[in-house]
Amino acid sequence: MKYLILIHSNPKSREIWESFSPAEKGAGFQVYAALNDELAASGELIVAEALADPSLGRRIPAAPGEALTTDGPFAEVKEQLAGFYLVDCSGMERAVQIAERIPEAPLGLVEVRPVLDLNGLEM
Amino acid sequence: VTAPTAFEGLLRELAPQVLGALVRHHGGFDTCEDAVQEALLAAALQWPAEGVPANPKAWLIRVASRRWTELWRNESARRRRERVAAALEPPPADPVPAADDTLTLLLLCCHPALSAASQVALTLRAVGGLSTAEIARAFLVPESTIGQRISRAKQRIKATGAEFRLPPDAELPERIAAVLRVLYLVFNEGYTASSGPALHRVELTGEAIRLARQLHERLPGDGEVAGLLALMLLTDARRPARTGPDGGLIPLAEQDRSRWNTEAIAEGVGLTTEALATAPIGPYQLQAAIAAVHDEAAHAADTDWPQILALYDLLRRIAAGPMVTLNRVVAVAMVDGPGAGLRELGAAEAEPGLAGHHRLAAVRAHLLDLAGDHAAARDEHLRAAQRTLSIPERRYLESRADRLA
Repeated sequence: MKYLILIHSNPKSREIWESFSPAEKGAGFQVYAALNDELAASGELIVAEALADPSLGRRIPAAPGEALTTDGPFAEVKEQLAGFYLVDCSGMERAVQIAERIPEAPLGLVEVRPVLDLNGLEM
Repeated sequence: VTAPTAFEGLLRELAPQVLGALVRHHGGFDTCEDAVQEALLAAALQWPAEGVPANPKAWLIRVASRRWTELWRNESARRRRERVAAALEPPPADPVPAADDTLTLLLLCCHPALSAASQVALTLRAVGGLSTAEIARAFLVPESTIGQRISRAKQRIKATGAEFRLPPDAELPERIAAVLRVLYLVFNEGYTASSGPALHRVELTGEAIRLARQLHERLPGDGEVAGLLALMLLTDARRPARTGPDGGLIPLAEQDRSRWNTEAIAEGVGLTTEALATAPIGPYQLQAAIAAVHDEAAHAADTDWPQILALYDLLRRIAAGPMVTLNRVVAVAMVDGPGAGLRELGAAEAEPGLAGHHRLAAVRAHLLDLAGDHAAARDEHLRAAQRTLSIPERRYLESRADRLA
């Protein structure tokens, strides 16, 4: 079963991160590195990436002639996607176990979503 | 899906025999497995250009053994370790085949110390003779992910001290049950409805059937092995009729039965009949028997539902589970009417594993539809579509809801 673990950031989490000393930031990176190594070794990791600052992203505008419904710019939305893990593990329980180890989890910023697959049993 | 070429089939057939010969001679499953994998890759590169050697098995053993020696020398140089020179001699080029090598390998690859995902990956590589890249493509994950599962599995096997020999008789039934679970997992993974991404993927259903067949040849008296092989054959026989031209799922009741594979059905029915008559009854045999009843009906309306219900009653007694409960409810509805089915479903709802499950909603939708309550059936179809994790099932359930709109 594949699961996407989404890590969000918000002004409060960004503030906390910025208040960290270099040593504290280093410790945070180490938690991630250890988790990545462990998931790679167990054969559960498909891909994990951290996203660059939202100000560097581009939003595709609606096609000409169609109403623009977003307020834009996207970067001003309070909650942002900051990174993600795509894992292939035994089930939701295990995926949650992995997600809980992400440093942002206690802030309520981590979400686990099952991925649809192509298997279909006869109905 | 591309069929394996003749020599690919030959390579996969020989893979466990070559590995068995190497492990019995040199010991050390992990290094031998690496060496055989490299010999298979060498053969896949050389044989198409140079032709299949006169004695392909001897060729593979020779190349694998040479590779093993190199791997061993590297390792021993690193460890500064000595070992008797005799072990460095290659094994006889054409050893008397040990009939149980494939069985021994299957049991080792499905060792209880390994995770299910590792058992699957290792079985497909060491017994199935597939490359890491092929397995990765089949499971739609990166090659490195499968590579890690295989290397971790081999480390675990080494750490547990498991040896290349048949486990004691007392342990055998449990260990064979683990092999059957792995083969069933492989089969189900391959039983996908989509044709797009399946292109260039190894046929996992075919591979599961091939390995189950090998297991059945070694253990012809084991009713559950025969039962699983029969279940796979009887299920796969319906595959040509199971998806429409647009890739959408076609339910059993609406399939064009003239497109079913009659040869596979005949083989599956024969295996099931013999197993039920000669071996102690088990869950795979019962599931195969149910599949056989479906497959023997020329039209959906001819289906012997009372017999299917009786088989589910039996299955529920020896291997209860949420899917058995649900399928039995469908059989109850077909025998006693949708009202009776809906009453049973109400009772089943509390069962652990069923609360909130999309299949519960899908079955309720089907029964409401049969009962003529189309508005409620539509809502339940949509509820099921929302909760499923399968793209083909979601499409199917949404199309059912649309029909009732």
